[in-house]
Amino acid sequence: MTTESQTKPEHTVEDLERVTIRFAGDSGDGMQLTGTQFTKTAAVFGNDLATLPDFPAEIRAPTGSLPGVSGFQLSFSSSDIHTPGDHPDVLVAMNPAALKTNVADLRPGGLLIVDEDEFNVTNLKKAAYPVNPLEDGSLSKYQLVPIAITRFNELALEGLPLNAKDKFRSRNFYALGLILWLYGRSMDTTIKWASEQFKRRPDILDANLRALRAGYNFGETTELFRVQYHVAPATVAPGTYRHISGNEATALGFVAASVLSGLPLFYGSYPITPASDVLHELSKLKSFGIKTFQAEDEIAAIGATIGAAYGGHLGLTGTSGPGLALKSEALNLAVMTELPLVVIDVQRAGPSTGMPTKTEQSDLLQAMFGRNGDSFVGIVAPCTPSDCFTMAIEAARLALKYMVPVIFLSDGYLGNGSEPWRIPDVASLPKIEWNYATEQDGEFNPYERDPKTLARPWAVPGQKGLTHRIGGLEKSGQTGDISYDPRNHHEMTLARQGRVDRMVQDIPDLEVTGPETGDLLVLGWGGTYGAITSAVEGARKRGLSVAAAHLRYLNPFPGNLEAVMKRYKRVLIPELNTGQLSLLVRGKFMVDAIPFNKISGQPFKISEIEGKIDEVLGLRGPYTIEFGQSSVLSGG
Amino acid sequence: MTAPTVPNSGVISADLPILTRKDFVSDQEVRWCPGCGDYSILAQMQKMLPELNVPKENLVFISGIGCSSRFPYYMETYGFHSIHGRALTLATGLKTARPELKVFVITGDGDGLSIGGNHLLHAMRRNVDLTVVLFNNRIYGLTKGQYSPTSEFGKVTKSSPYGTTERPLNPIRIALAAGATFVARSIDRDTKHLEEMLYQAAQHKGISFVEVYQNCNIFNDGAFAAFAEKEVRQDRMVYLEHGKPLRYGKDSQNGIRLNGFTPEVVLDAASDDGLLVHNAHNQDITLANILVGLDYPDFPVPIGVFRDIDAPVFDDLVQQQVEEAIAKGRGDLTAILHSGETWVVE
Repeated sequence: MTTESQTKPEHTVEDLERVTIRFAGDSGDGMQLTGTQFTKTAAVFGNDLATLPDFPAEIRAPTGSLPGVSGFQLSFSSSDIHTPGDHPDVLVAMNPAALKTNVADLRPGGLLIVDEDEFNVTNLKKAAYPVNPLEDGSLSKYQLVPIAITRFNELALEGLPLNAKDKFRSRNFYALGLILWLYGRSMDTTIKWASEQFKRRPDILDANLRALRAGYNFGETTELFRVQYHVAPATVAPGTYRHISGNEATALGFVAASVLSGLPLFYGSYPITPASDVLHELSKLKSFGIKTFQAEDEIAAIGATIGAAYGGHLGLTGTSGPGLALKSEALNLAVMTELPLVVIDVQRAGPSTGMPTKTEQSDLLQAMFGRNGDSFVGIVAPCTPSDCFTMAIEAARLALKYMVPVIFLSDGYLGNGSEPWRIPDVASLPKIEWNYATEQDGEFNPYERDPKTLARPWAVPGQKGLTHRIGGLEKSGQTGDISYDPRNHHEMTLARQGRVDRMVQDIPDLEVTGPETGDLLVLGWGGTYGAITSAVEGARKRGLSVAAAHLRYLNPFPGNLEAVMKRYKRVLIPELNTGQLSLLVRGKFMVDAIPFNKISGQPFKISEIEGKIDEVLGLRGPYTIEFGQSSVLSGG
Repeated sequence: MTAPTVPNSGVISADLPILTRKDFVSDQEVRWCPGCGDYSILAQMQKMLPELNVPKENLVFISGIGCSSRFPYYMETYGFHSIHGRALTLATGLKTARPELKVFVITGDGDGLSIGGNHLLHAMRRNVDLTVVLFNNRIYGLTKGQYSPTSEFGKVTKSSPYGTTERPLNPIRIALAAGATFVARSIDRDTKHLEEMLYQAAQHKGISFVEVYQNCNIFNDGAFAAFAEKEVRQDRMVYLEHGKPLRYGKDSQNGIRLNGFTPEVVLDAASDDGLLVHNAHNQDITLANILVGLDYPDFPVPIGVFRDIDAPVFDDLVQQQVEEAIAKGRGDLTAILHSGETWVVE
């Protein structure tokens, strides 16, 4: 097929409310870039959207292999949406392995675009396809559109002074161009981005833009697509918006906390997936007085941060689950010395190394209890990518006011996921209080507590008259001297607990969406917010008496949690773990909450939560989550 | 809205009161075993500090875990008794955040070379402006007598009743290999020398590392007696002095010379000709590495400054990057929130 000689066919334009697209290819195929660029374009156009990058831990797993498949799913809509979608309407599969690991998720009747050139003997074998699925009729329930993307792309780049490998690598731009055309989107955002990104490699820039335009023009001239789709901008609150990922929002939240508190930010971290982006972001922002420290290990990262907090800075360290385990002894030092500190944990699938690039909520109990002794810390958890900004400020606010370590539990889904964000007015952000001890001549008691918060005074080296000694040994209640007195240890333990408990006076009540009382409350925390909210909204539209509440403060819980739960006949707690919040809620409140658990490294689908709601309300029999046949997780 | 600033500038005032040793003695009862070498190190530190002319609120002592790490409680300064092996991490963070402070790290052979070995390497390669004093008694004292990473091969202890099967680390060699810019050794018994080494280390800009041979009279008594006893010290130890030939003995009659890369003892060396002349300012560590290999009984044990060079300092460089970035325009929160592509919804 050639594109030049044909006249442009007529295309009808069909309006859609919401579309979910998944780009899937080899991890070297640039699928994350393709997805991100389409996302930005949709964001600038004014759609509401949510994204789910899903990539292997290996930077370059064997080319064409099943574990090497990298995917990026995004959902964009003309209405308010909360998740990146359960089932893609469109799947772009750049090779057989990408088809195999993703096609089961595509909705029946969905559009399946494949690069037919990559369905050769070698690649089919790597993907364990005995016969070519493009030819055996096995894909008949989808709208299969095989396109010779590799060859067309080569033709478009003919004559450019690039080797075959570099030309091959621009195929993702061809695919992007085609999808941009299909949804009537302009190439401007991508052209602008690429011109900046590749400004030192004009040859690569030229190739990528040619590929982009060739893909776009192919869509316009081919007769393969009779329909072009239109998804109108969403009606959203007025304001200035930007597109933001959870990890970016986390970094900016702590920058804001630094500005709001007037304390310089110190960030100590050791690179770890999926938290490293926070280090990358903060290390750029030295003009805010921020000092970042890439430590030799996780322990050094928190140790240095405790040192900075002791020195009067806003101390922040960041990691993922295995790193939090390594930091636990030092975290207890901050608990004992009562220094303000925030620990970011961008959770990933565990235990041990687990699945570093896959999401999970399985560090809640580690955050709560994973230290020796009776050890109490604050815990907050953002619920959407942009909420990471808000909760970062909250974590810092509570840590500084109560002189206590606070763990910020994000996860890989939130950290790497993104959404449009209405940029807040800086003047509307909360006040952050902290108190250095007052310099004095008389005796200084470093453990004399504030009667309201139980916080001890923050005496910072350099302050006159306040020289004192602290450490990990038990302290005497006032003087901070070493103490083995039985009563003192009892009381100090309760004071450390009380300090965290009293944070409840500074955290907002739990809000409920839906009826004030009813048959079922679906209680969640963290990154499951989107799926739960969508499922509960759907249930109410079906006339069911279901409300949703989402915990963003996990230690202490909001003061009204128990009362809220008691207003409903049943409480359902969906979690991406084996029931950690359920355990806490049942243990603390004796509420017979029903756990609903998924531990696959993937977020909940809306339909899964709907299925469980229906089961609990007696509308169906027992519900179990079904994993797609072709999922790598279930063994193919 | 105010921009973040370091809350206390820690500027040293001109009318600094004159401090004495007593100003640095805290109200805490010292709880080391009677006769422990730690007492001497504490005393020399308290004697030396007034000479630094640093207000005591700008002095911080940070330690890990072990007998030595009780040290900060006895100092009337800011003090932090942290967790096992991690003192250097806290010190690095504190010094990076607050470069105007004078920060000491007190550690031991177990704390600094076993559980905290990694941090020692990295603080040294970064050249953080810290003074690290490692009390080396070649034994675990606080846990009551197990062998340490500096215990001699074959040593019989509570945890090695048949003798150890491990070779010891040499702390000075580790420091040299990791790129420490000031490396010295002293001994608890020679109080004058110890005070001088602590003073020189504290004056050094960048990381300074002092290994102190320290006697544990309960679990490893006499570990250094063979060469450190007063009667034999001059014959069995050689005091390193920059620019001077290596001479030792009661009348400085003996010397050390090099035969290729191999050191040799010269008994009754009449002239300095041919004797090895110490150069602590050498960028190259070859000579220092040869000196650190000298050990009793084949050679006198060297104490003094092995290495003292200038190099860029980590915390200064970090501070400089921040200041340069701020000089180009202090970060603006509203602007950074609006960075990247934005769009307006009416």
